[in-house]
Amino acid sequence: MKDVKANRPLSDKGGRSEIIKALCAAFPHTLPILTGFLFLGISCGIYMTGSGFPFWYPILSSVFVFAGSMEFVLVSLLLGAFDPLSAIMMTLMINARHLFYGISMLEKYRGMGKCKPYLIFGLCDETFSINCVTDIPKGINKKYFMLFTTLLDQSYWVIGSALGGIVGSVLAFELKGIEFVMTAMFIVIFIEQWKKHKNHVCEIAGLIISVVCLLVFGSSDFIIPSMTAILVFLSAVPKLTERGEDKA
Amino acid sequence: MTQTEQLITIAVVAAATMATRFLPFILFPQSRETPKYVQYIGRVLPPAVFAMLVVYCFKDIAPLSYPYALPELISLVLVAFLHLWKRNMLLSIASGAVCYMLLLNLVFV
Repeated sequence: MKDVKANRPLSDKGGRSEIIKALCAAFPHTLPILTGFLFLGISCGIYMTGSGFPFWYPILSSVFVFAGSMEFVLVSLLLGAFDPLSAIMMTLMINARHLFYGISMLEKYRGMGKCKPYLIFGLCDETFSINCVTDIPKGINKKYFMLFTTLLDQSYWVIGSALGGIVGSVLAFELKGIEFVMTAMFIVIFIEQWKKHKNHVCEIAGLIISVVCLLVFGSSDFIIPSMTAILVFLSAVPKLTERGEDKA
Repeated sequence: MTQTEQLITIAVVAAATMATRFLPFILFPQSRETPKYVQYIGRVLPPAVFAMLVVYCFKDIAPLSYPYALPELISLVLVAFLHLWKRNMLLSIASGAVCYMLLLNLVFV
């Protein structure tokens, strides 16, 4: 808290009430995320400990990785053979979208002082959607508002993962099939992507390329060829993929 | 994997995730314009990557032997149907997972 106080931009008085006002303004925006993150966090925690890992793994990864879909994939990486290079490639591809959240937030996060590293660290999909589109009301300190959306969102995820980790490690039976939460989550995100675009070249290319690579390279080696082929394909045919799209 | 290897994997995934979050702020410190190619890839990569991740989740199904990947396929259809109908993310995910667990543990035992 020392840092926060030192950066207080307004008068000497009212620093604390300014923080509380920002917290109260930020909290309602994070409510939809509260339920979603608790549910997914608990599932991810149960999946991880149910796969034989200690209860503190989900806590560790929710604090330091803090990227929901990647943490589900992390479980399957941990279940496979030790292969840090593939893990890096997989992470970069799955999280490549963060690059574009960052680019969109370059302006907004300017002048955030000591909060900035944490704001960037915690820039997950949901926090991005709040901090990017919300018009912060007048009289609310923008820095604290964005700090609290980020902090609240991550705390929901950490609490969910910790609960799931603990529940999963004390469960007497195995919750066979809990990993389908990850499958369902990706199906849902895929449908959302589909609805967002007018032409579906990217979606269909992604499916076809991955299925072909799966058949050719087998289930344990198809990710890197798929990613390479997807990147090459998308780079080669910009006219095709953007036909009928509104350029953002 | 030994526990050390597991922790290295977690650390590597955390570091790579951080790289994707911090890189824009390092590469484009002032209002330097983002290269067109980067902007383009940013628009078209997510739909293709999520398609790949759906395939990734189904990579170990065995459609040629019992239960012919039926639990996966039925749950897939349910998730897609519910999501197209209600468009409620939590509902679609939770129903799909519950359906899959029931099929796996009670129906196709």
